[in-house]
Amino acid sequence: MLDIRPILSTLHRHKVTAVLLVLEIALTCAIVCNAVFLVRQRLDWMNISSGVDEANVVDVRPVNIGETPDMHGRVKETLAALRTIPGVDHVTLSNQIPLGMESWNSGIKLDPNVASPAMHVTNYYGEDLLKTLGSGLVAGRDFRADEYAWLDDVTLGRKDAVIPHVAIVTEFVADRLFQGDALGKTLYYDDIPLRIIGVARNVVRPSVFDRSTTYGSIILPVRMTEGLGATYIFHTRPGQSDSVIKAAVTKLRELDPNRVILSKRHFSEVRDAFFASDRAMTHLLVGVCIALLIVTALGIVGLASFWVSQRRRQIGVRRALGATRGDVLRYFQTENFLLATMGIALGMVLAYGINIVLMVRYELPRLPVTYLPLGAVVLWLLGQAAVYAPAHRASRVPPVEATRGN
Amino acid sequence: MGTEFGYYLEMAVRSLRRNPVLTALMILAVALGIGACMTTLTALHVLTGDPLPGRSGSIYMPRLDPRAADTGEETTPPVQVTWTDGMALLHARRATHQALMVGGSATIRPDDPGMEAFITSGRFTTADFFPMFGTPFAFGQGWSDAEDEGRARVAVISDALNARLFDGANSVGRVLHVNDASFRIIGVLKPWRPVPHFYDIYSGEYAKAEDIYVPLTASRDTELPRTGGVECWGAGSTEESDMERSTCTWLQFWVQLDNAQAKQAYATFLEGYAREQHAAGRFERNLPTALTGVQAFLDERHVVPSDVRLQFWLASGFFFVCLLNTVGLMLAKFLRRAGELGVRRALGASRRAIFAQLLFEAGIIGFAGGVIGLGFAVVGLALVRINPDRSAQLAHLDLPMLGITFVLSVVAAMLAGLFPAWRACQVPPGLHLKSQ
Repeated sequence: MLDIRPILSTLHRHKVTAVLLVLEIALTCAIVCNAVFLVRQRLDWMNISSGVDEANVVDVRPVNIGETPDMHGRVKETLAALRTIPGVDHVTLSNQIPLGMESWNSGIKLDPNVASPAMHVTNYYGEDLLKTLGSGLVAGRDFRADEYAWLDDVTLGRKDAVIPHVAIVTEFVADRLFQGDALGKTLYYDDIPLRIIGVARNVVRPSVFDRSTTYGSIILPVRMTEGLGATYIFHTRPGQSDSVIKAAVTKLRELDPNRVILSKRHFSEVRDAFFASDRAMTHLLVGVCIALLIVTALGIVGLASFWVSQRRRQIGVRRALGATRGDVLRYFQTENFLLATMGIALGMVLAYGINIVLMVRYELPRLPVTYLPLGAVVLWLLGQAAVYAPAHRASRVPPVEATRGN
Repeated sequence: MGTEFGYYLEMAVRSLRRNPVLTALMILAVALGIGACMTTLTALHVLTGDPLPGRSGSIYMPRLDPRAADTGEETTPPVQVTWTDGMALLHARRATHQALMVGGSATIRPDDPGMEAFITSGRFTTADFFPMFGTPFAFGQGWSDAEDEGRARVAVISDALNARLFDGANSVGRVLHVNDASFRIIGVLKPWRPVPHFYDIYSGEYAKAEDIYVPLTASRDTELPRTGGVECWGAGSTEESDMERSTCTWLQFWVQLDNAQAKQAYATFLEGYAREQHAAGRFERNLPTALTGVQAFLDERHVVPSDVRLQFWLASGFFFVCLLNTVGLMLAKFLRRAGELGVRRALGASRRAIFAQLLFEAGIIGFAGGVIGLGFAVVGLALVRINPDRSAQLAHLDLPMLGITFVLSVVAAMLAGLFPAWRACQVPPGLHLKSQ
């Protein structure tokens, strides 16, 4: 560390190149810190729990061609047939699947006389939906068979038809709207009063418009009809998902050859599709970070080599005056350390600047302080690794260089 | 000039070959920066493009607010219309062209017994859709107002569907079985895809154009399934048979207004219509109407994914670091040659000549960086297209972007070379001759 003074005076004579290198390190540090932070955010988001027993849930979505009379009978018959498939625990026809990206949403109210809804939620339909998803209740009870209404009865306002009068909400909704004490309370859906009889473990919405209500889901005792994006969801016994999908497709076609199978998916595929663009963005960010570090390292190698070749004579003089190879090596390493430190200091200021812009434009949280020492360590190591070869070459300069003209 | 060019080129190539490692580093830095920049710039360019080049300036979306008084604080008028309002505005015929439409799905049942039935996207619209959006026809044409009124079972199909069903042959006059109905094909489009899919963003902001177009009236008669966004209020229900009467907005309405005068006149008409409806008790809120242009609409809906902008800024930052790197390396390279430059100066070369020569060298580095960077961009875009987002599939390098790549690369490298070249020229010739 005794070398600092002569290093500073040398750097002073190479101001411009030194400043360029410091700037490059600073920008790299700032961009890498923010990019890594963005990656972290995406990874956290991609790892959220869906509330679904993902390994054992599959869905098959048919579409009907032509008239389908007696929809109720058709759905009952289909469900009964699908239930007989070996490996199927539960099966339901639902209007949507968590993370499926097509969603049914509505505003629910706590007071029917208030104009704007208390919360925008997604509404899941389907008999035994919670069991099929592998979710469960944390309080209260599930729907009774006599509480279910048919969707078309409700929307058509058919006389004498059962309409829903109870609902199940997720823990998230219970906490948000009822401070955790939701059982027995009433919410208004489409001005229909619904008594809350159960609180379910959090089930994620099919499409998340606002991440503050990711688990804003309610489950209604509604039997879905085919069409309108409805999909048959299965809970399978472990390891049987492949065979269940195959059997279900065959069975559905057998029951009605006019059915077109729109999609058949393992839940993992649903999840993958949902997070596909986040995953792509993560790869891109990581790629850019690596490229940035490589470019910066190459820049350090280039400039350090230049300095070494420029100072061959001085190095020779120092060696002739008794400096060891180690001294010369350490000289260049210390020089690089100083430059990196300056770059890192400036880079942290820049990192916060970029973070503030991101916070304003992309609603990102503040960059945690822990990212800064991490960025510093990475750049210090990078600098030392990059400078080693030129510094090593410098240490090989023989003392006799002192006597050469150049 | 010609000989000077040749001389500079020879000098530059010689000098670049003298330090192959440094040269390679510089070219690689420029290439990486250019590659990253062009990849993201192309993605951004494709997604922010004009969906109807030369036309979108005169296409507007008339907007009304028919919602109930208790709708809440939302005062931006809906982007869709009810059947009642859509039909009223359509029949008023106050614009050069006007079209009412909704997206849907169509199950095509091919005559060929070897082909299975399949579902594809449809658009149920009115006659002016084709002339207003300037859809190019390969065969036949669109339908007329009379066919809209007559609820004619006619269809226009896309180039892709025509290729799938009829191997691209002229299929005008053929009959197509869609769901439970039959439609006579009267037109086949050439490949047509407005990007973004501005006229109905609920069908997907970057969705492909539809495969089959049929008159809106006929689609209702034949109960073709409708898709897209629906907003209801009051007693509005989404029961299909009630859609024509329901208090729901579910149709898109677009008009063509050729100049400011026409736009003004239409705005006045629209305002008058809304006032009438309010007076009649239909519109409870009495909010101002709006005429939103295509670009303004896309901006309002933030159609361009924010990730794409973020990627572009990230790549720009990366490019800047690469350029800083290049400046440093060039400085090292040019100053290292101070001796040689000193000799040239002593032999009578002017400062300008040396400056020009060094810049020429920088330009060559830029050009080489551009060529390799282009390769990186092609690979980068291929990686972008792996992303299953529909918007990502569109990212292809086109000719203007190709040109921009080279210009940007050469200009950036020359800018990076300015300062090092200037510094190298400042070296007094005598000093270096002495130390040699």
